[in-house]
Formats: sequence, C-alpha cells, structure tokens
Amino acid sequence: MHALAVSGLQKVYEGSGRRVEAVRDLTFTVDAGELVCLVGPSGCGKTTLLKCMGGLLTPTDGEVLLEGRKVNGPPPGMAFVFQEYGRSLFPWMRVAQNVELPLKQKGLSKSRRRELVADALESVGLTDAADAYPWQLSGGMQQRVAIARALAYEPQVLLMDEPFAAVDAQTRADLEDLVRGLWRERGITILFVTHDIDEAVYLGQRVIVLSSSPTVVREQLKVDLPDERDQLHTRVAPRFAELRTHVYEQIQAAKRGAGAVKTDTPPPR
Amino acid sequence: MKGENAALGAAGLAAFLALGEAVPRLGLVKEEYFPPTSRIADALADELADSAFWSALGDTLTGWALGLAIAACAGVVAGVVISVVPYLREATASTIEFLRPIPSVALIPLAVLLYGSELRSVLLLVVYASFWQILIQTLYGVQDVDPVAEETARSYGLGTWARVRHVLWPTALPYVMTGLRLAAAVALILAITAELVIGAPGLGARIAVAQNSQAVPEMYALIVVTGLLGLLINVGARTVERRALAWHQSVRGEVAV
Amino acid sequence: MRRVLLRLLFVLALPALLVAIWWLASDNSTDVFWPPLRTIMRTFPDVWTAERLQDDVLPSVLRLTGGYALAAVVGVAAGTVIGSYRRVRAVCEPVLEFLRAVPPPVLVPVIMLFAGIDDTMKVTVIASGCVWPILLNTVEGVRAVDSVMAETARSYGIKGPARLTHLVLPSASPQIFAGLRQALSIGIILMVISEMFAASNGLGFTVVQFQRSFAIPDMWTGILVLGLLGFLLSVVFQLVERRALAWYHGLRASARRSP
Repeated sequence: MHALAVSGLQKVYEGSGRRVEAVRDLTFTVDAGELVCLVGPSGCGKTTLLKCMGGLLTPTDGEVLLEGRKVNGPPPGMAFVFQEYGRSLFPWMRVAQNVELPLKQKGLSKSRRRELVADALESVGLTDAADAYPWQLSGGMQQRVAIARALAYEPQVLLMDEPFAAVDAQTRADLEDLVRGLWRERGITILFVTHDIDEAVYLGQRVIVLSSSPTVVREQLKVDLPDERDQLHTRVAPRFAELRTHVYEQIQAAKRGAGAVKTDTPPPR
Repeated sequence: MKGENAALGAAGLAAFLALGEAVPRLGLVKEEYFPPTSRIADALADELADSAFWSALGDTLTGWALGLAIAACAGVVAGVVISVVPYLREATASTIEFLRPIPSVALIPLAVLLYGSELRSVLLLVVYASFWQILIQTLYGVQDVDPVAEETARSYGLGTWARVRHVLWPTALPYVMTGLRLAAAVALILAITAELVIGAPGLGARIAVAQNSQAVPEMYALIVVTGLLGLLINVGARTVERRALAWHQSVRGEVAV
Repeated sequence: MRRVLLRLLFVLALPALLVAIWWLASDNSTDVFWPPLRTIMRTFPDVWTAERLQDDVLPSVLRLTGGYALAAVVGVAAGTVIGSYRRVRAVCEPVLEFLRAVPPPVLVPVIMLFAGIDDTMKVTVIASGCVWPILLNTVEGVRAVDSVMAETARSYGIKGPARLTHLVLPSASPQIFAGLRQALSIGIILMVISEMFAASNGLGFTVVQFQRSFAIPDMWTGILVLGLLGFLLSVVFQLVERRALAWYHGLRASARRSP
C-alpha cells in the first residue's frame, strides 16, 4: 500500500458565471518513507493540488488516499508547512506553545507533549528560542518553527507548500539541508512542492513535473543522485546539471503547452 | 453574492421591524413602554409633517456641523504646529494624555452656568469632545511621515511651509479623515446629549419633552430619527474617507482613541 | 541621568505652566463662575471627604463597572457568533449599523420607562450604550482572521472551543480592545448623564446638585474629580491593554523595523 495515492484528481472552481479548471487529471503515488518533489510552471495549480491532498479543499472529481483511507477533511495523519510562515504561526503564542497546540488537540499527555516539543525544537536547532515569540525570530527561523510543529505532530505524510520561497538564498540552502537531514534521520514521508527546479532535483528522490494549468502529470523522474548530498558538491555534479536541464526543458515545454511525455525513467546519461 | 447579502440584510431589517410589531402586540412588553412598529411609524409621519420637528432637526445639525468644523480646524492646526515646532510634541504629550480622557459631559454644569441652554453650550461640549479625536489622528498622521521623503524634500531645499504642504499634509490626510469620521459620530452624540440634558433646542430637547409628556410613540419616533441621522453621518463620513484614501493604499491600522 | 531629568522636565513643564497660569489669572477673580483656583483647591478636601467618596464616587464606579462588564461579555459573545457566519452577518448588518448609530444618551429616557430610576436602569443604560462598539469591532475582528492561520488550524484539526480560544479570539483581540476603548468613553458619558437625569447619589448627581445650588467652587471640584476619574480609568485601561496585547505591539514594532 502507498502512503499517499492520488487518482484522477480534478478541481474546478466555479463562481460568478466563470468556470476555471485548475487541476484536470492527476494520478501519482508516494511510497512510505519517500521524499517526492512536485515542480511545475508558476500558476500551475500546485497549491490547489496540495490543499486537496491536505483535505482543505474538496476535489471536484477523483480521490486522495492516505494509507488506503480516503481523505475528506484534514486527516489526522498529515501535517502541512505553508509558504507564508509569518501568517501560519500564531503571533500571540510563544514558539513552544505554537508547536504544542496541535498536540493538545490530539489529546496527548502533558509529559508526552513536552517531550515531543523539546525533541522537535532540538532537531531544527531552536531549543533556545522556545520562549520567544515567532515575530522576534528571522524568517528562516520562523519556518524552522513551522517545521518543528509539523515534526512534533508525528504525521504519516508531511506536505510542504513552497516552504522556502520567501526566505533569502543562504537561509534557503540551510533549510533544504535541514529537510533532507530530517527525512533521512526520521524516515518520514515528504511531499515537497516547489517552483524551483534546482531545489526539486537537489531534495527529491523523485521529481514529478506538472503541466501548466489545467494540470496533469507531465513526467515522473527518478533522481539517481547519491543519497549523500551537499550544497557544495551535489550542485556542481554533472549528473545534477543533466537532471536539472532535463526538468527545465520539460517545464519550458509545459509552458508552451507541448504534449506530455510520460516516462518514469531518468534521461540517459 | 452582493445581491444575496442585500437580500439577507433586507430580510433582517424586515424581521427586526416585524419583531417590534409583534412583541408589544403579543403582550410580551407593555404597549405603553414599547409601542408597536406601526404606531412608531405613525408618530414619525406626524413628526415629519410638523414644522417644529424640522427646526429642531436644523438646530441639531447646526450645533453638530459648527462644532465639528471648529474642532476640525483647531485639531488640525494644533496637530501640525505641535508636530512641526521642535520639542513641542514632547512638551505637550503629558498634557494631552491628561486632558484627552476627561469626559466632556463633566463640562455640562459649567456650560449650563456660562451659557444656559444656548447653542454655545452645545458647541462647548461638541468641540471639546471632537477636538481630541482629530488632534490625536493628526499627530499620528504626521508621525507617519516617511523620514526618507522628509530628507529628500530637505535636500532639495524645500522650506518649512513647502514641506508641510507637499510632504507632511498628504501623508497625514488619510489619518485626518479617519479622525474626522470618528469625530463626526462623537459630535452627534454630544450635540444630542447637550440638548437632552441641558435643554438646548434640537432633537434631544424634543425627546426630553416627549418623555416628560408621556408621548412614548413620539419619543421612539424621534429616537429613530437620531439613529437615521447617525447612520447617514457614518455612511457619509466613510464615503468621504474612502475618497480621500483612494490614492493611499498603504496598510494602516485605525488608531483607537 | 541628564536625560531622565530632561524627560521629567518635558512631562511636568507644560502642566505646571498651565496650572500656574490658571492660578495667577484667577487669583483676583471676582467672577462667580470662575472662582480663584486657590478657592477651588481649598474647597476640595472639604467636599471630597472619605464619606463622600464612599457615598457618591463608589456607586458611580460600580454602576460603570457593572454595565461595562455586561456590555463586554454580551458584545464579544454576540460579535463572535455574528462574525463567524457570513449569512448571520449579512442578516444582522443593517440592523446593527442602525443600532450603533443611535446616539447612546437617548437610551436614558427609553430605559427609564422600563427599569424606573434605580441602579438597574443605570447599569442597563451603560451596558446598552457600550455594547455596540464592542460588538461591531468583535465582528470585524473575527471576520478578519487570517486565511493562512485558519487553514493551519484546520489542517492540524484545531476546531470547536480550541479554535475559538487559540485562534479566533486572540486574533480578534486588537480589534476587540479598540471597541472596548471606545466603549469606555461612552460608558463614562452614560454614567454621568444617567445620574444627572435621575439619581439620589453618584458623581453626575452631585455635580449637578452643586451647579443647581450655585455652589460654584464645589462644582469646579466635581468637574476636577470627573476629569481625574476619566484619566485614571484610561490609565488602567492602557495598562491592561499593554499587557493583554503585548504580542500585538511587539509584532507591529517588528513589522515596522523590517517592512
């Protein structure tokens, strides 16, 4: 059984006489413990897709299965990291309280909550900031808090919606390594949405390239880079360049609206 | 969506009026305390046909408009002067913080002694209450002037007056408009209060007369009129504010005073 | 040290100057309406004895507190319900806009009809005048809950009472406090005039009694006491607000530093 299975997903927005088909027909799966990146041209309905998966939007057609169970409404086994960290953390709560709140809702005991919060904050390197308010932290640190909140929730699948689009380039590199590190350490399943091709190739075990809206899957690409990756060497490796060029071409083609080439194999070396 | 909202709003209003009719008719409250909507409407129609009503309305509006105008001029001038003259802001801060929360109704006995039930009594209360609203908003507005814009103006050799006109005033204007909207509502409250308590001619005094002569439906009719007047002033002030703000899309919170 | 002194000078200079001007200008005043400040100050301790504070100031403050607290509870509760449902809001909006626009003092004669002239009347008058700014500001605040925060709460299964206490009310609290602030000034106005209308004790009653009996210096001390009360209540309000909205002021300050 797949951790996450999306089949025939379609989302049409209707309102004031206009009908906009954001997502046409999406089918793909994510296995348990996998890190998959979704990448597509800007405005391709990535966020719509993610919200349908997170149960925040009801799809017009098709379904999303989380561990075999149909998603209707936000499932307890899924955690969301939003792009807008400043608006996703509650400014009236301290960092530790922000991380703890969903756990309270889960009905965990106080000692268990404290353990999870401490552990999550430690793994994102923010133990010292537990008593600060989110707005006292830099943007990158705020996004770390959001990640810690998601980790403490112990989800089966972690959904990340362009989480690093609003932070500066250096912080972004650090956060990418953080996510990869956490994934390898904890074996969680991550679906990472981005518009940044380099980021998708650097992070993912697999990259799913989407077409422009109305969205379909254009290509699924296995990233055959070694598991040990680092900003310095991986990004200058010839194979990395080949993969990113390939994805780049696919996305350019998608923008032009050229027909989809569905492959599951990496481009030849 | 907009049409639906309007329909729902109309339904709410209709339900409100129907409730006003049904509650006294069913004997849930005494009719002499709370007359049904239809009787209030009758009384309102009678009022509208009465020339004394119109002159009372005129008196109330005169007190309101005159008081607001005086307060607006004084508030804006004082606000700009306090902000422009060096050290004046620091020196006046404590005095403003002390005088502002003094309730203007505290001045009622003084107004009665000094001016009796003349228009000047109304003006004293209205001006005192609305002055602070405008002054405070003007001060906030001037504080909001972008230091870069100010320095640019300075570096191009603009004099004090030119800086006030081209940098300070445009920045402060939206705030002044907010102050004006808040002050317009406060001014109406104080105008009616002065008439009600002191007996200066106007709608408030007419309400007091209706109350003393047990003319309950008339009293409710007049209260409805004051409500409609308040509504008109709020809507009007908001429209003017929005016009003045149209070019100024920056996000800014309303300052509670 | 010098900076502290300088600040102290700024805080005290103008008030001292104004009081001095009042004192000197009125010192030889023979105008009955403008007694010398010296006389007013001498009258003050005679008028505002401990007994008087207990018999007149305390009842006024209690009425205000009662009416204000009632308005706060009703306003926030009703505002939360109305603000949470778009349809309810659409139905209520025109009626609420009208009720808010009614100048609160005209409620005094109406409520006198129902409740007579006892304390119930005064508390009801204060409550029914204060409730509108609180209610309408709560509606606005509740409505304006940030969409990303709302989705975050949903995705983590935060709903029901937890959603209310951890998301909706804190996020609306700056607006609610703005409403509470407006309501406080309205409450003081209503406290004074409801006592001027019909009462046997209270600040408004006492001050009007002084005026009617032409006890002018006493009346002036009454005006000063009303002013002091207004000032004190506003200071208390500010302290509470600073504490309750510490996060909000911090957030705004940090947003200003890095736009």
